[in-house]
Amino acid sequence: MIKEKFDAIVVGAGMSGNAAAYTMASHGLNVLQLERGEYPGSKNVQGAIMYANMLEKIIPDFRDDAPLERHLVEQRLWVMDDTSHTGIHYRSDDFNEAKPNRYTIIRAQFDKWFSRKVREAGATVLCETTVTELVRDGKDKVVGVRTDRAGGEIFADVVVLAEGVCGLLGTRARLRQMPRPKSVALAVKEMHFLPEEVIEQRFSLKAGEGCVIEAVGTISRSMAGLGFLYTNKESISLGIGCLVSDFASMMESPYVVLDTLKNHPSIRPLIAGSEVKEYAAHLIPEGGYKAIPQLFGDGWVVVGDAAQLNNAVHREGSNLAMTSGRIAAEAIVQVKSRKRPMTKQNLALYKTMLDKSFVIKDLKKYKDMPALLHTNSRNFFTTYPQLMSQAAQTFMRVDGTPKIDKEKATTTAFIKARSRWGLLGDVVRLAFAWR
Amino acid sequence: MTIAGSRIEEKLYQNRYLVDSGRPHIKVRPHQKPSANLLALTRVCPAQCYELTDEGQVEITADGCMECGTCRILCEASGEIEWNYPRGGFGVLFKFG
Repeated sequence: MIKEKFDAIVVGAGMSGNAAAYTMASHGLNVLQLERGEYPGSKNVQGAIMYANMLEKIIPDFRDDAPLERHLVEQRLWVMDDTSHTGIHYRSDDFNEAKPNRYTIIRAQFDKWFSRKVREAGATVLCETTVTELVRDGKDKVVGVRTDRAGGEIFADVVVLAEGVCGLLGTRARLRQMPRPKSVALAVKEMHFLPEEVIEQRFSLKAGEGCVIEAVGTISRSMAGLGFLYTNKESISLGIGCLVSDFASMMESPYVVLDTLKNHPSIRPLIAGSEVKEYAAHLIPEGGYKAIPQLFGDGWVVVGDAAQLNNAVHREGSNLAMTSGRIAAEAIVQVKSRKRPMTKQNLALYKTMLDKSFVIKDLKKYKDMPALLHTNSRNFFTTYPQLMSQAAQTFMRVDGTPKIDKEKATTTAFIKARSRWGLLGDVVRLAFAWR
Repeated sequence: MTIAGSRIEEKLYQNRYLVDSGRPHIKVRPHQKPSANLLALTRVCPAQCYELTDEGQVEITADGCMECGTCRILCEASGEIEWNYPRGGFGVLFKFG
């Protein structure tokens, strides 16, 4: 079907693939991007918060025409039990700046925009094309791809695997292992549509301002998980993600967990009267630094979710995806400009550059966090949230009980639930994993 | 706590799909007795594509599949399921994503 040989083939048109294709095409490389969906974004799911800084490094003037929903002025972090939430809210007028820092986006719309930029930069984008296999030469170097379209193989100097968290190509070609159930979360979410002004009233927002809620607690039913609510212009993204290993061992139905969250007394009034227009599910890499696979080889690099580049603690993924795509592309451009072949040795430049970026530095900082939260999920996602809720209620409720007795009751409840050593151990382990 | 009236069909009805008729992208291999992970799919699959038959075997109807890959993560390595992406253009088509 396609006779010419490309400088690079990018598999996938998500955040990392678009960043890579755009960067390489902007530097004059002959790029082919393949996407299995009907349009870019049709297979992609995200919460979604987009961080401006990382996109500015790729498309500085993106605010001129990118489909952005709301810029965030408030973040609420909640710890929930079955009837209550305890929260830390941070809201600042400083976030109402000329170039806001964080936006909510709707991926299907955002990805179409990003893909248009990729095409304008000169790349060829071919949708409705599933890449089925990598093509290798006699020396095992990746030299191209096979697709499900008639006509067979397409060749390139380098293949950028931006195939997403469940990427089949790299795992089937044994370039990396398939993610294990305990290093991926399954997230389900719904799009709840409400009039713009209703959203603004419910969250005390001015036009264009946005608010997000992220919550842990009994909503995840002792599984390691996180609930989220993001305000878009005229919709609310509401969802919850928990580890696949926990879903399997506890035999929970994701949509029932989501419906329970929707019916929580702290959430229900926020989405009351909404019209649901979509239900989506997607995996999220949660393994952190220790789950990062080999990132490059002869004729290939892997970027984004496929490379497990996701910061679960800070709930950042798409910015790591964009940045890894951009950096991989810059490394490829450098190798190309020196007229060197796309060998493993030369493509190691990508890893060197990525190691110096916030992507690897952040993941390294939290390298012990997944193991801590995932092995003690009951303590962190049920016991402590319940204790915190009880403590807050005991503190708030005025009923004639002497305050000294209330404090004793709270202390006793914590010690009874986790023991003195257990509490101390949790604090120490959390502190070590955080530093 | 379970939610009364929570039905997966109502959720999937909101979604857009282009089903590749007669060419399911996921298949369950014939088995005598499902493993714990395969059995878990009857609960864990977010589109509830997997069902336990009266004979005690697990079956799949992939039409409502959102291609999340959970079943692949849990059951591909053991060989109990065969997992591929749908042909280009087919499968779930997220309007919002």
